Parts: sequence; structure tokens; C-alpha cells
Amino acid sequence: MKIENDADLAVLAQAGALQGVQRIELVFPKFTDGRAFSQAVLLRRRHGFTGDIRATGDVLIDQLVQMARSGFSSAVLAPGVHTEAAQRQFDRYAAFYQGDASQPLPHFARAANAQDGGRKAA
Amino acid sequence: MYHYTDFDRQFIRLRAEQYRDQLQRWQRGELTDEQFLPLRLQNGWYVQRYAPMARIAVPYGEISSAQLRVLARIAREFDRPDPELLAHAQRTQDQLQASQPGLTLAAPPLQYGYGHFTTRTNVQFNWIPLAQSADVMDLLASVGMHGIQTSGNTIRNITSEATAGVAPDEIVDTRPFAEILRQWSTLHPEFAFLPRKFKIAFNGAEEDRAATGWYDIGLQAQKDEAGAVGFTVKVGGGMGRTPIVGSVVREFLPWAELLNYIEAVVRVYNRYGRRDNKWKARIKILVKAEGQRFIDEVEAEYQAILRQDGAPHTITSAELARVQASFVVPALTPASVPSETTLSSKPFQRWMARNVAPHRLAGLTLVTLSFKRTGWAPGDADAGTLEALADLAERFSAGEARLTHEQNLILPWVHAGDLPALYDAARALGLAQPNIGLLTDLIACPGGDFCSLANARAIPIAAALTELYQDLDEVTDLGPIDLHISGCINSCGHHHSGHIGILGVDKDGKEWYQVTLGGSDGSRLSGPAMPGKVVGPSFSAAEVPGVVEALLDTYRDLRTSAAEHFIDTLRRVGHEPFKLAANAARLDTTRQSARQAEEATI
Repeated sequence: MKIENDADLAVLAQAGALQGVQRIELVFPKFTDGRAFSQAVLLRRRHGFTGDIRATGDVLIDQLVQMARSGFSSAVLAPGVHTEAAQRQFDRYAAFYQGDASQPLPHFARAANAQDGGRKAA
Repeated sequence: MYHYTDFDRQFIRLRAEQYRDQLQRWQRGELTDEQFLPLRLQNGWYVQRYAPMARIAVPYGEISSAQLRVLARIAREFDRPDPELLAHAQRTQDQLQASQPGLTLAAPPLQYGYGHFTTRTNVQFNWIPLAQSADVMDLLASVGMHGIQTSGNTIRNITSEATAGVAPDEIVDTRPFAEILRQWSTLHPEFAFLPRKFKIAFNGAEEDRAATGWYDIGLQAQKDEAGAVGFTVKVGGGMGRTPIVGSVVREFLPWAELLNYIEAVVRVYNRYGRRDNKWKARIKILVKAEGQRFIDEVEAEYQAILRQDGAPHTITSAELARVQASFVVPALTPASVPSETTLSSKPFQRWMARNVAPHRLAGLTLVTLSFKRTGWAPGDADAGTLEALADLAERFSAGEARLTHEQNLILPWVHAGDLPALYDAARALGLAQPNIGLLTDLIACPGGDFCSLANARAIPIAAALTELYQDLDEVTDLGPIDLHISGCINSCGHHHSGHIGILGVDKDGKEWYQVTLGGSDGSRLSGPAMPGKVVGPSFSAAEVPGVVEALLDTYRDLRTSAAEHFIDTLRRVGHEPFKLAANAARLDTTRQSARQAEEATI
């Protein structure tokens, strides 16, 4: 199922259009048009979509990490891109400040939980 | 100051490493110019008229001696144009000057080897080759500095009033909140490709010294009757082609909700902000077009974040306490340096009156070092000055300084007994002009000497006015006046908020200047934030000093006494007499030579 980047997800969800869908394709008409990032976040966080969310259109490998953090699970890359350069981006940061689609809590809350957990275990 | 944790330090180092990887891929041809553009922009690297420009973030303006020393090193070792490039740049500027005979002012030669303080507490360098940009990022990372999101359509460097934590009229110290917001906005995955740039400013004092009405989001700290801290949230302010003052969308947002609420605002903007027209893409246009519908939409999104998402970004008391612990009063020992200054001398007394302000702690003062002096563009500091500032901050102010949005630098922890010695040191550096808040404490962007967006040069205008008004008796008598100069409608020089605003415009490849009157940044002196009004058709550069002189003469003629400030006289009598005086200051000869020049080029 393809969802345009100006579509109203709440309307689609209410109409049941997301039910039983295995893959949603979101669109980047230009890599500078960031609307689909918000759509992916809302699909995961607000509408509980657990299938594949695929980034299509003008997708740069330097956006893949932020796409993954926003809830995308796959992306269509232009032919000939260096996938090892993309992998390096994924390996770089161990954690980020703010919560995201895969890690809802911000860093400060995770750090506090880890500390509490540590204390309890001790 | 905020003490960076291992996580914070490592994060900035990794960002520098990531940037190097991206730069190298671009150099190898794996990234096109177009693909590399947003990557370098999001690290603060523009390419300007002649060379790359690096914009380094100084979050909420707070900077340490160690950081100033690294900026000095960058100025000395990296801000060095290749001689051929510099010669080409100077030739091109000379041609610009020669192409409009009779219309221009003396143009100082292009400078290099210095940092420039901006109106948004960033520091810019103008000549660093891109090939060295990754080395500069590494160097910056060594002292917790970076250029993350100082450009691009992202959430930009978070600012606050320069006197946060030290002003006597403070309601809340906003620095911990600005730091929490800095962390939240840094590499936010959802908001890296917004319709347009997004600027957030805090103010925690009774007086708005951060121009919060002019920001995409302006946050004014408040305490309710029970003493609980919250923020009045203004959204949709901005300058540019359509100057709009922000609207209050929340009277009192509890501090813990700051991130949840701002996420709602930015998400609504990301979804609905215009992407078809760069000039209509800022959130101010959306807020103006949609009005209450925008506010309703934000409220609905905010409620969904709270109820459906479980308010994941609620700031905990523990996190606030952790960050606040960094912003305690530093260990303060008087420098006790002997001074040769005669305390009763007029220059020292004048400096005390203009550049020294009261502190919230007894025995301490705030000292503003003036970066408005002849021979220098406003806000410029070379390597030697930056190094000396590091020493001054260390000796007199617990190793800490603040950049101001007026392009000066404040030492926030100065013992009253050290003022004579500090005055000596500041004077030796040429930073003791007693002009803070006065006419010659003017704001100016780099303009057409460096910026590729500029329509006209700003530095020669600033230089001419600084030269013209060197008489301190006269400048002091004229009293507080905000004079702001922008080289183009992007308004980096905040001309809209100047009592006198000067805006560079381009007509047929020639530089012209619109003059506006009556703008306000929202300070107590200037009244509620508002844009100034244009006095008439634009002027040549050669005419501008005469126009400013005519405006000031009119003020002196019409004021009830020296106690009535320029802005108050203007508001009392209206713009008409000022307009007449400004338009009468046009030079016929200039018009003639302009026409001759035009005819000659046809």
C-alpha cells in the first residue's frame, strides 16, 4: 500500500485502511521533503502498524539511520550506491538523545532506568 | 556552565567522525554536490561568495575560556584564504565598488583570520577551505563544540538572553531548559528536513532581552502563584520578507511538558508548512494563514502525545536536577590585579555607567566588552583578541563568557573590586568603548562582503556610521538607540527590530538601502516587538550617513528633554517629521552620477 506524504493517516486508520496491510510505502518526492518521517513515526507510535514501512523515492544513504529511527524498516536505494558506507552510519552511534519509533524513551529516561535497575540488582 | 558527560562528549566526537566520512565520500565522488549539501549544511558549512563559511554553535551563548582558545586557534591556523583566492575576491569587491561611482562609501579591504559573533550567538569563520573542514570539526569536538544544525531546515542553535543566571530581574534561569532542549533537538530523526529553518529562544527575566517575539518559538519563563515554573509559548514570529511577531499559543506550559509540547508544534509544522515556496515556508506563514486552526491542531497533537503516546518526553525532576547542577554559581575569587586607572576619570566613569550592569549577587557585576569599534566590523574578533578574551574570562569571570545577540561579549561573574583592572585590560584590547546600547553599538550582518545571499554590503555602512559618531559626548547625549543593518531581506542584521533599520536592496546590480523607523525587539526600552516602517524610496550608500544624521538631528530638535529617548520621541510625534528629514537628505549629485553611471553602462 502506498501512502502519499500529504495523506491524513488518522483518516486512513479510522476507515480501517491499514488493517491487514503488510507493507506501507511512504514517499520522498525529494530528499529534502521530510513529511514521510512524521508519517512513519505516527504509523508506529500512534497507529500500531507492525508491518514493513518502506522508504521510496529520493532516498539518500545518509538518511537511512534517521529513517530507521523514525520507524522505516526498508528502503529502495538508487542503483550503484555504496551499501558499506550506509552500514558505517548504522554502526556509528550507540545511542541518541531523544526517543524515537524503536526506542520511545529519551536518553535521560533510559539512563535513569538503567541506574535504578542497577541499584535494584545490587 | 553545563558539564558535558562522557555520552555528550562522545556524541560530538562521533558527529565529527561522521562528517569526515561524508566529506571523504564527496571528495571521492561517491556523493554529488547536491547530496553533500544538506550534510555539510547540517554541520554548519555553507559555501559563500568566495569561500566556505563555518557557523559554530554556542548554545545559549555560554562559552568557556578553553572554547575561546580553540576558536582563536581556528582563526589563526585555518581562517586563511589562499593568496590567489583572496586577490580574486578583493578584485571582485573592487569591481563592485567601481561599478557604482558616487553611490558608495569607502570600503574596508576584506579581512581574514578572525571569528564573527552573530545575532544568534553563533561564531562564523569565512575562509576555511572545505578540505580542512573535518580537521576543524575534530578540533571543535575536543572542547565540546560543533556546528550541528547551525544551518539547514532543522531546529537551529537554541538561544537565551545573555544574562541568564546572573540578571537581577531573573524569574527563572533558562539555561538548564535550553540545554535540555539542545539535547532533544540534536539529530532529531523526525525533524531534520523541515519546510524551513526553525529557531527557538528562551527568556527568563522580566525584561525580554532575547527578542522572543521574533522567533519561530519564543519561550518566556514564568512562575505561577504557587511558585511552579512554566513558559508562555509564542509561535510564528520571524523577520525576513514578511516580518511577523509571534502569537501566544499557551499562557503557561508547565516546564515538564516542554518537549512534549514543542514536539507537537514542530510535527504540525512538518506536516502542513509550505514546501512550494521558500519565502512562505516558515512557520509564521502557517500560523498567520491558519490562525486558531493551527492552535487547535497543535493542541490536538499535544493531547495525542500525552494520552496516546504516553507523554514519552516528559522532563523528569531528576533530569532537570541533573542539568541544573551544572549551572550553579562557580567558585569566585577576586583577581585582585592592581590598576592604574583613576577611578574619578570621565572615561572610567562613562564605562562604568554604560558597560557595567548590576548582578543578582551582591559584590558582583556584569561587564559587556564592546565589539563595536572603528576599524572592525561589528562582532569581529581576531585570534589575538579571542585568546585575550579567554585570559580575561579566566582571570575575572570564572573562565566563562557569554555572547550576546547584539554581537558583544559579556563577562558574567566580575567582582566589583576588579572593575578598574578589567577596564585597563579591556581598553588595551580596544574593547572598552562606553557605547553599549547607544547608537554605535549597532548590529550588522557580514553582508555583501562575504554572504552570497546579500544584495548589498553592510560593513561599509557600519564603518561609516561608526566613524561619523566617534564623539562620545554626542553619542551619550543621543541616548539609547537600536540601529540594525541587514544586507538583504533575510534579516540576519535584524533591521526590522531596529529603532532605525537599514536594509540592503539590489536595483539593477547596484546597492541601495531602505531605511525603516520604529522597530522593536521587545525590550523594555523599545516596547512590544514590532517591525519598523519604511521612510521612503531607498537611498544610496553614500546617502545613508546623511539620512541617519538627519533622523538624529530631528530627534534632538523635537525631544522634550535629553531624558526622552529617540524611540519615545518618534512614537510621540509620529514618523512624519522624521520621514521629511530623511527624504530631504538625498544627494542630488548622487542621483546625477547614478544616472550617468547607468547611461554609461547601457
